[in-house]
Amino acid sequence: MAHDLVKALADLEEEAALRIAKEKIDGGEDPRRILEDARHALEIVGKRFESAEYFIPDLIFSAEILKAITEMVKPKLTKATEVKRIGKVVIGTVAGDIHDIGKNIVTFMLDVNGFDVYDLGIDVPVQKVVEKIKETEARVLGLSGFLTLAFDSMKETIEAIKAVGLRDKVKIMIGGGQIDEEIRKYTGADAYGQDAMAAVSLAKEWLGGK
Amino acid sequence: MEKTPEELCKEREQRVRDAIQLKVPDRVPFIPMFEFFPAYYAGITPEEAMYDYDKACMAWKKTILDLEPDMYIGPAIFRSGPVYDALDLKQLKWPGHGVNPNLIYQFVEGEYMKAEEYDEFIENPSDWMLRRYMPRIFGALEPFSRLPSIPEQFFYYGAPSAKLATMGTPEVQEAFQALLKAARESLRWATVLMSFVKEMRDLGFMPIFYVATYAPYDFIGDNFRGTHGIMLDMYRRPDKLLEALERATQLVIRMATSGAAAAGIPVVFIPLHKGAEGLMSLEQFKTFYWPTLRKLIMGIIDAGLIPYVYTEGGYTSRLEVISDVPKGKVLYHFERVDMAKAKEILGNVACISGNVPNTLLCTGTPQEVRDYCKRLIDVVGEGGGFIMDASATIDEAKFENVKAMADFTKEYGVYK
Repeated sequence: MAHDLVKALADLEEEAALRIAKEKIDGGEDPRRILEDARHALEIVGKRFESAEYFIPDLIFSAEILKAITEMVKPKLTKATEVKRIGKVVIGTVAGDIHDIGKNIVTFMLDVNGFDVYDLGIDVPVQKVVEKIKETEARVLGLSGFLTLAFDSMKETIEAIKAVGLRDKVKIMIGGGQIDEEIRKYTGADAYGQDAMAAVSLAKEWLGGK
Repeated sequence: MEKTPEELCKEREQRVRDAIQLKVPDRVPFIPMFEFFPAYYAGITPEEAMYDYDKACMAWKKTILDLEPDMYIGPAIFRSGPVYDALDLKQLKWPGHGVNPNLIYQFVEGEYMKAEEYDEFIENPSDWMLRRYMPRIFGALEPFSRLPSIPEQFFYYGAPSAKLATMGTPEVQEAFQALLKAARESLRWATVLMSFVKEMRDLGFMPIFYVATYAPYDFIGDNFRGTHGIMLDMYRRPDKLLEALERATQLVIRMATSGAAAAGIPVVFIPLHKGAEGLMSLEQFKTFYWPTLRKLIMGIIDAGLIPYVYTEGGYTSRLEVISDVPKGKVLYHFERVDMAKAKEILGNVACISGNVPNTLLCTGTPQEVRDYCKRLIDVVGEGGGFIMDASATIDEAKFENVKAMADFTKEYGVYK
């Protein structure tokens, strides 16, 4: 029987992964170690996604299994076991748009890869984005939008950040169904990405982290 | 001498039919899939478009007469706000009801079918939909969840006649009243739509399709299980999902064939959602998405109708798989696809439509639009089998760009 949590989770063997996690918890293993293994597995998942071996359903399934493992481990965690974060990212779906499946995957992958993510949800008013950036001093902003109506919303949000003098303090990435280089130029964003791993790459490039 | 509307209508019909059947038409047809573009163009808000039927029709009439597409979709695509209000629909937010009046309606993701309910759905879809699903998506019909099933309500002459009592309770009565109100409004909307079709026919234009249906995977994934739910089902309960897909196939074929026959317009629209690149692997596409979709396509063809398979998202990796259809019987629309490859793999099998980027129509120039159209006509229009369209349904777009697309197709797309 397999005892390799990393392999089981990376291979999306749900039953095996949960069984092994439970065995380790019952066996008194350090909960930090278990979560480290889980995060390592998710890194492998991310790499397989980048090489087009895995796709979105695999990311979502891995998130489900990780959620279950985290729930199992949580009672054993103490304040001392919190992990240091690479940096802060504010993210949200822009005003007028209520889609969030893609954004949620990005939030998840950023979190798993060590970023402190402030997810503002959907249909986020321009002012709320500006305020969150001021409040958190985050140096990366992600804007998501699925419909063509998001283009102007993204542009307005970025212009509002410029208006309060914060544009050079924050790197901005955009993503969503209809986003391309045309729209990146139109909105004034620094970069756009096709998927969650692109967001992780950009955040690492801008904030450090391997 | 100027052609009569009737002659123009026949000419357009012939042009589109020739393109779909892989014969060489007189020129490349132009069939833009407008959604809310006519509203923006005519100067009404999406909210007005959904609530004021006269304005909705006015917007479409203006758009059609100004751009003269070979066929159009029509105001049905706006949907009726009042019908949704009467039912208190939860699966959408729309202008005036959760969304800014200037913006289009949007889908609300949710798990409207529990994973444990697959067997109920498979055994009796109508019962499950009436007493479990509809109460969840229509706030006004929530009391239907308390109705016993039809067999449980049946009584014969010797039995107590109190079995209909649940239907007599005030809340269930109210639910029936709401349904009645929605049905009356729906009839009013349908009547408006039919008279619009007649009015436009008298002016020389007809709709491309009147009926739409779903790929079985989308039928279950969009409406019932939600995106997350059905993705997880592929891993956690693949056999149950496959069984449900087979069951759904019968339902979606019926949706297609009964409606189209009644309307007398042979094209059946099938928008594809959850089988796109990224949303599942090619293996998952071959296992869960394509087989029942193909059965739907064949069911439509066997009924003498034309499937208009409107793919959304990326499909280049799936071109080989979807080429397995009878020649000259299918219209495939593409959004993000290598169009040269599409022509290479599908050119001898099916008609192709697309794929001027919506971003270009929104932020580009007329010349950039013309350049893109030229490349499409040269590569995909070679020898026929091509219909000019945008990559996705059109809401925001600059009129001058859409006009450039229309005019260029009609000038340059002529077959000598």
